[in-house]
Amino acid sequence: MKTPLVKPNKDLYHNQMDKNKITEAFWIFLTRVFTLFPLVCLFALLAKIVLEGYGIISWEFLFQPPKDGMEAGGILPCIFGTIAITLFMILMALPLGVGAAIYLVEYGGDNKLVRIIRAAVNNLAGVPSIVFGLFGLGFFILFVGRNLDAVLNTGLLFGQPCLLWASATLAVLVLPVIIVSTEEALNSVPQSHRDAALALGATKWQTIWTVVLPQARGGILTGAILSISRGAGDTAPILFTGCAYFLPHLPVTELFGFIPMVNPFDQFMALTYHIFIMATQSINVERTLPIQYGTTLVLIALTFLLNFFAIMLRIHFRKKLRVN
Amino acid sequence: MKDLVKKKHLFNSEWFIEKTLLFAGVSSVLIIALIFVFLFKEAILFFQTRPPFDLIGITVFDSWEEKNIFKMMWQAVNETPKYSLIPLVCGSFLVAFPATVMASVFGIGAAIYLSEIAPNKVRETLKPSLELLASIPSVVVGFFMLAVIATIVQNITGSKFRLNAFVGALGVALVTFPIIVSISEDALRAVPKELRDASYALGASKWQTIWNTVLPAGVSGISAAVILGFGRALGETMIVVMATGNAALVTGDIFSSVRTMTATIAAELGAVAQGSEHYYALFLVGAVLFTITFILNLCSEIVINRMRQNLRM
Repeated sequence: MKTPLVKPNKDLYHNQMDKNKITEAFWIFLTRVFTLFPLVCLFALLAKIVLEGYGIISWEFLFQPPKDGMEAGGILPCIFGTIAITLFMILMALPLGVGAAIYLVEYGGDNKLVRIIRAAVNNLAGVPSIVFGLFGLGFFILFVGRNLDAVLNTGLLFGQPCLLWASATLAVLVLPVIIVSTEEALNSVPQSHRDAALALGATKWQTIWTVVLPQARGGILTGAILSISRGAGDTAPILFTGCAYFLPHLPVTELFGFIPMVNPFDQFMALTYHIFIMATQSINVERTLPIQYGTTLVLIALTFLLNFFAIMLRIHFRKKLRVN
Repeated sequence: MKDLVKKKHLFNSEWFIEKTLLFAGVSSVLIIALIFVFLFKEAILFFQTRPPFDLIGITVFDSWEEKNIFKMMWQAVNETPKYSLIPLVCGSFLVAFPATVMASVFGIGAAIYLSEIAPNKVRETLKPSLELLASIPSVVVGFFMLAVIATIVQNITGSKFRLNAFVGALGVALVTFPIIVSISEDALRAVPKELRDASYALGASKWQTIWNTVLPAGVSGISAAVILGFGRALGETMIVVMATGNAALVTGDIFSSVRTMTATIAAELGAVAQGSEHYYALFLVGAVLFTITFILNLCSEIVINRMRQNLRM
C-alpha cells in the first residue's frame, strides 16, 4: 500500500473552500447592491417629491395661471404649453421617424447608405440636448424662419422663438427614439407574412401598408409614447427656441376667426422650464418651494404615466406576437 | 390596354413612395450635417474679432496688482471680455469624469447582476424600474440635487460651497447609470453560452466564471457603454446648470463650484445679442462640445461593431 508523500491538509483545504465561498457570496451580494442602490435613490427622490408636492396639488393649482409675481397661483399655462409642444412635436417626428424606419427595414437591405443612416441615427441619439437648442436657434429660427419671413414678406412671424420651432427642435431630438423603436417593431413582424402577401400579388407598398404596419402598430405606438415623455421632460432644447418666463395668456388663437386652436407662432410656458426658473431665478426661492415641488410632481406624474403606459403596451403587444 | 396603364400608374406611385421613404431615411444624415454646418458657421465668426489663442487665455492689465497678467478666464460680460475655454472644459471634465466613474462601477455591477445572477422574475421587475429611472427628466434630478442633496452633501463633507462639482456629478451619475447598465447588459448577454459552460466544466465557480470568462469576453461592449456614458455625462445640461454653482474656475477640487460648457451655453445664450462676439463664442463652445461628444459616440459605435463581428466569428 502506497502512502502519499504529502498528506493533504484537510483543514487548510476546507478553510480555503470556505473563504472562496465567502468571497463569492460577497461579490454576488455587491452586484445586487450596485443594482439596487440607484433604484433606492430613485424611490427616495420620488418619495420626497410626492410628499412635498402632494399638499399643493389642487384644482386651483392645476387650472389657474401663476399670480403675484409667480409666487402664488397655479401652473395651467405650463401644463398647456408642455402638452401643446409635445403634440406638435409628435406630429412632425412620427411621420419622419416611421418613414425612415420603414426605409431602413423594408427597402434598405445592407448597403452603404443604410449603414451611414444607422450611424447618423446613433449619433443623433448622443448629441447633447443643449446642442439641439443651439441648432434650433441657428437653423430653425435664424435661417429657416428669417428666410421664410423674407420670402413670404411676413415681417417677423417665423423668425422669432415660438412654439413651432421649439416643437421642431424637440422633434429632431426624439427622432432617433422613434426610428429605433419602429425598426424593432417592423423587425418583429415575421418574414413569412410579407412573403405571403407578395405571393398573393400585392406590391411592396401594399404589403407594408396592409400587412406589416398593422402588426407593428403596437411597437410604433410604444415608441411614440416614449418619445412624448422624452420630449415633455427635456428643457435645454426649448430654452432659446420659444419658452417664456411668464406669459399672461395661453398661446391660443382663432383659426378663420372662430375655430380655437393652439397658436404655433406664440411663445409658451413649459413645466420643465418653470421648475428650472422657479428653482434658480425666482426672487424668493424659499417661499416658492411648494410651487416647485408641485410642478415637479405634475411633470413626473405626466412622464411616468406615459412611460408606464408604454411599458404595459409593449408587454401586451409582445405577448400577442408570441401567441401568433 | 387599360390594365397596362393602371399598372404603370401603380408602378409610379410605388416609385414615389420609395423615394419619399428614402428621403425620410436620409433626413437623419441631413440633420447631423445641418447641426455641423450651423454650429460651425456661427462658431467660426468668433475668429473675425479674436485670435484663436484667446480661447486659452488672454493677457490683461490687472488694476489690483497693477501689472499685466495672463488670465485663463471665462468672463464674457466684462469691460474686457475673456473667452478662455480652459475653465469650462475643466469644469465639464470635473463633473463628467467622477460621474462616469460612479455610474460605471454601479452600472457594470448592475449589468452583471441582471445578466448573470438575477432570476428571470427579478429581472423582469428590475428592468422596467431602470427604464423609469432613465425616463426621469434631468431638470427634476437637477432640482432634487439643488433642493435636497446639496445640503446633505455639505453637512457630510463640510465643503465651502453648497453647490459644487461633486453634487452635480452625483446627479449626472444617476442619469448616466441606466444607459451604462442597458448597453453593458446587452454586451454580457451577447457572450455565447458555450464559454460559460466550458468554464463551469473546468470546475470554476459562478463568480470565477463571471470574472474570468464573461467579463473579458464582454469587455469591448462594456467599454463602449462607458464611452457612451461619458459622452452623455459631458452633454448633460440641466443638472449641472442647477447643481454645480456656476463659477467658471480652473480647479481640480471636486468640492469647488464649477461651470461646465453646457451650463455656460444654457445660462448665457438667452441674454446675448444675436451676432455679438459673445454670441459667436457660445456657438463655439457648442461646437467644441458637439465635436467631443461626436467623437465619443463614433468611438463607442466602432467598438460595438467590432464586438458584433468578433462574436459572430
